[in-house]
Amino acid sequence: MKIAISSGKGGTGKTTVASNLASYLADSMPVALIDLDVEEPNSGIFFKHELVHTEVKYKNVPDWLQDKCVPCDICKDVCNFNAIIRLGDQIIPFPQLCHSCYACVELCPEKALVMRQERIGVLNHYNENNLDFIESILDIGTEQPVPLISQTIKYTDNAINNDILKIYDTPPGTSCPVIEATKNVDLVLLVTEPTPFGLHDLKLSIEAMKELGRPIAVIINRYGIGNDETEKHCKDENIEIIAKIPNLRKIAELYSNGTIIYNKVDQFRIELDKVVNYIREHLK
Amino acid sequence: MKIAFSTKGEGWDAEMDPRFGRAAYFLIYDEDKDTLETADNGKVADMAHGAGPQAAQLLFQYKPDVLITGNGPGGNADRVLRQTGIKIYIGAMSGTVKQAYDKYKNNELKVF
Amino acid sequence: MKEIVIISGKGGTGKTSLTSSFTMLSGNDLIAADCDVDAPDMHLLLKPDLAKSYEFYSGELAVIDYDKCTSCGICMEVCRFDAFSIIDDLYKISKINCEGCAYCSYVCPEKAIEMVTQNVGKWYISNIKSGSQMVHAHLNVGAENSGKLVAKVKNEARRIAKETDKKYILVDGSPGIGCPVISSLTGADFVVIVTEPTASGIHDLKRVNDLVKRFNIKCSGIINKCDINPAACREIEDYFTAEGIHHLVSLSYDENFTKAMTEGKTIVEYDNGELYNKINNAWENITDLLQTKGESQ
Repeated sequence: MKIAISSGKGGTGKTTVASNLASYLADSMPVALIDLDVEEPNSGIFFKHELVHTEVKYKNVPDWLQDKCVPCDICKDVCNFNAIIRLGDQIIPFPQLCHSCYACVELCPEKALVMRQERIGVLNHYNENNLDFIESILDIGTEQPVPLISQTIKYTDNAINNDILKIYDTPPGTSCPVIEATKNVDLVLLVTEPTPFGLHDLKLSIEAMKELGRPIAVIINRYGIGNDETEKHCKDENIEIIAKIPNLRKIAELYSNGTIIYNKVDQFRIELDKVVNYIREHLK
Repeated sequence: MKIAFSTKGEGWDAEMDPRFGRAAYFLIYDEDKDTLETADNGKVADMAHGAGPQAAQLLFQYKPDVLITGNGPGGNADRVLRQTGIKIYIGAMSGTVKQAYDKYKNNELKVF
Repeated sequence: MKEIVIISGKGGTGKTSLTSSFTMLSGNDLIAADCDVDAPDMHLLLKPDLAKSYEFYSGELAVIDYDKCTSCGICMEVCRFDAFSIIDDLYKISKINCEGCAYCSYVCPEKAIEMVTQNVGKWYISNIKSGSQMVHAHLNVGAENSGKLVAKVKNEARRIAKETDKKYILVDGSPGIGCPVISSLTGADFVVIVTEPTASGIHDLKRVNDLVKRFNIKCSGIINKCDINPAACREIEDYFTAEGIHHLVSLSYDENFTKAMTEGKTIVEYDNGELYNKINNAWENITDLLQTKGESQ
């Protein structure tokens, strides 16, 4: 089963929930936690586990073979992302702009373009007992996170057994990277805070997940601040609120030190239990 | 020498555009012939991706020796322009094309 | 006219709350630009009137004309994004998976595939309660956040600022380090990074600072919720010093941040005590630093 922990607004506690949930479940069953927030991956801060595998990740981009080129401009014309230009008799491809569709390479009549690998980031796979932790880190200056997100998901599908529960910590927001991270999961848990910003962005997330046809449930973090509009909205929309994590300073302090929380704060563990029960129900 | 400017309009009184890739126009002044040509970058300016290299491709058709602009080209465009050997001067963020040209002649612009 | 961009790397540090406060403090001196187009929130505090609204188009999706399609399947063979499936004997394109590369359209022997430009959002020019104007936008869910909409918002803000002779443009940037953030940073004169003294906050601060350094823009920092972890706070202060990031102010965790937001107010409208003073000082600090920059432009 695949579960995504997502949110519209950043800073609501996605990573806090995902990390603690994975750690808690790992006490009694094998679990995989995958950090797909490749621009700013943070789950690893909570785990100091053994690195079992690391690999550089690439996307395929075209390389120009001058000797074979006519030139005919087909590659330039066929590229819908403006990733190929011609300067005099030089064809210049742009890796940053390339979406790896292969049109230029496959349509070049002279086979003057071949794919080569362009580095986009690195994937790390850690393990300790029941918990497998996989994260990918996008190289600074690389513009598109989506190829790295989809490759990380593929790696996980191959490296981790199908019957092991997979928890995905997704990026914030509702655009492309989040869609890529959630489009094939079985359940999306939306973490929000009960404030106007939180509610506004939660509504966007709900809309996005409905478009993808993903089942959703909500976890309210920092319960006690703000107002009760969020609860009202979820009730009106028939969306189940499965946990309400209280706004405790102790939680913030432990988080700030990169410490796992559930074994130190009872109220947090009680709410986490509710999430676990909900997941167990869904697994049946 | 041929001097190119990233601008918002046409003619010596047009305002400089500090951007490169999404500049509205490029004006190319041929110092030897004393002619001012206009290249319309409008189509490129509207592109979602890759405006920089496309603008460079457009500009290259005029074979300028010098480019005068405001911020300087972004990473992708810069890579392309370096290959052509063009000399880039930045700092002409606002004012007219004429004023930018005078600044260039008086060594008041920075080399990119 | 100077452009100030406020970013955070990590979400939830208080970036938008602070940007809104600075907007209120500066009154008619600036144009605000909400460039967090994926999840824009400034409008919740600044009450924009959406005086002008515009549709935004970006990217293309492939669409099949079934009158021409012969179901030859060449489109599905060339697609690298898993966008094709066969349902009820018809070839169907998944809107979510279609990357808009147009390869299928190019090779279709019947010319049965058309590339259709997508309406992916709206952008607005609004009057806001500070008396000034704000340019903001909203990207539809699932849309590609290419940076083009961010660029649009910023350019409109610049245009208006020029026309109305404003001193500043204040940009609320996106979280992260990808395309939209890069787009927020181009052309900036001054950057403010809002961070928090947590392990995640520090981690993301370093990554976003690495990005800012590539642009060579004068950089400053605000540490929010500084009392949550004094040791981490000191670590950030040391990092600021080592990196030449000007430390504007440290703010203690204050419930007034949320209370103000809940009432639809910026902090400076809600609070008139120490928090107000610190935020006000930070803003004056920013404008002072911008004066002393004074390079010939």
